[in-house]
Amino acid sequence: MEAISLIVRSIFVDNMIFAYFLGMCSFLAVSKDVKTAMGLGIAVTFVLVITLPINYLLENYVLKAGALAWLGDDFANVDLSVFSLLIFIAIIASFTQIVEMVIERFSPALYSSLGIFLPLIAVNCAILGGSLFMQQREFPNIGMATAYGFGSGIGWLLAIVGMAAIREKLEYSNVPKPLKGLGIAFIITALMALGFMSFAGIDM
Amino acid sequence: MADYNRKNMALLSSKTKAALLGPLNKNNPVLVQVLGICSVLAVTSKLEPSIVMAISVTLVVAFGNVIISLLRKSIPNRIRIIVQLVVVASLVTIVSEVLKAFAYDVNKQLSVFVGLIVTNCILMGRLEAFALGNGPWPSFLDGIGNGLGYGWILIVVGFFRELLGSGTLMGHQVIPQAFYDAGYQDNGLMMLAPMAILLVACIIWVHRAVNKELQEETN
Repeated sequence: MEAISLIVRSIFVDNMIFAYFLGMCSFLAVSKDVKTAMGLGIAVTFVLVITLPINYLLENYVLKAGALAWLGDDFANVDLSVFSLLIFIAIIASFTQIVEMVIERFSPALYSSLGIFLPLIAVNCAILGGSLFMQQREFPNIGMATAYGFGSGIGWLLAIVGMAAIREKLEYSNVPKPLKGLGIAFIITALMALGFMSFAGIDM
Repeated sequence: MADYNRKNMALLSSKTKAALLGPLNKNNPVLVQVLGICSVLAVTSKLEPSIVMAISVTLVVAFGNVIISLLRKSIPNRIRIIVQLVVVASLVTIVSEVLKAFAYDVNKQLSVFVGLIVTNCILMGRLEAFALGNGPWPSFLDGIGNGLGYGWILIVVGFFRELLGSGTLMGHQVIPQAFYDAGYQDNGLMMLAPMAILLVACIIWVHRAVNKELQEETN
């Protein structure tokens, strides 16, 4: 039950894009058609669901102050949290590489339409952000961490697919010249974010 | 001949000058290349964290550029992204520790976003596009230029959000009490994240109205 509540919260209330603006670069650049947006959304969700539990284990059994206590009393005072950034990003970068290889093997069309943004998932702030928020919130167990990763990923997917759908319709509208492209995309994001703020009161 | 010499001697040749000044306007990382948006939006609800963030990013980009530029001949092409991430992550760790030591309150406000400098696309973008192909000095200037180009957007957005959202600047009250007595109210909406996006959209609007060649054809 708690996990479901966490998933719903992280999809709607703490949406990665609309509440924290994480992963905006690819959000703005790859949201021109729904199909590609869907592909990237699934890739991001996948990487989040895999990396969050791994980083959770690392955080709790290696990095946190006192986390190495299972090695014996000598290690009870070791605090490696300084290295958490380095470790997290290394895990994320290697998993992105794997996802890239899988997509290239099974869906070359998606691979070519995602282009440069596939390797850039490694530096997608939504993913590192997920790990850092996980560290900050101190989830009680690995299940909650996974649920958080899943919810954040689905929230990101929802946002980018919605954005892509709106931009497809936008082709036919008459936007002021200086606002074309990037400008109007920003304004749509802002309006969508305002809409998502209405979820803020929801409590399961 | 003397002129030629002077040109060569100068610390800023035309190429390095372009590397330094281009990102401030025509080649702005935020407005034109759409890099590093996340933190622009997330940390700008007050002016002070915006300034701290601008300085941190500038330092990390500049020194990251220098280090990668020095290493550029010895990094194997296949693992360059991991090498870049390691260099950047170490620099960010240093910045984060310094902030924790000397500006603890600001560090609290910035929360995870100091760590997220690692994934700030400006960094990877500049390392990939510039530092891997240029010497240390131009790379340093390119880093400073891009950091400042990113920083001024941050500071402008932070300025307006704090001024209109809470009537203060750097924590000092600037909107006089008389205004409030006459019925003026702070615009609470400005403190919410969506307004940061709208402000950036307005900056883009003005910027592209001035620089017509940047306007896009399609939506």
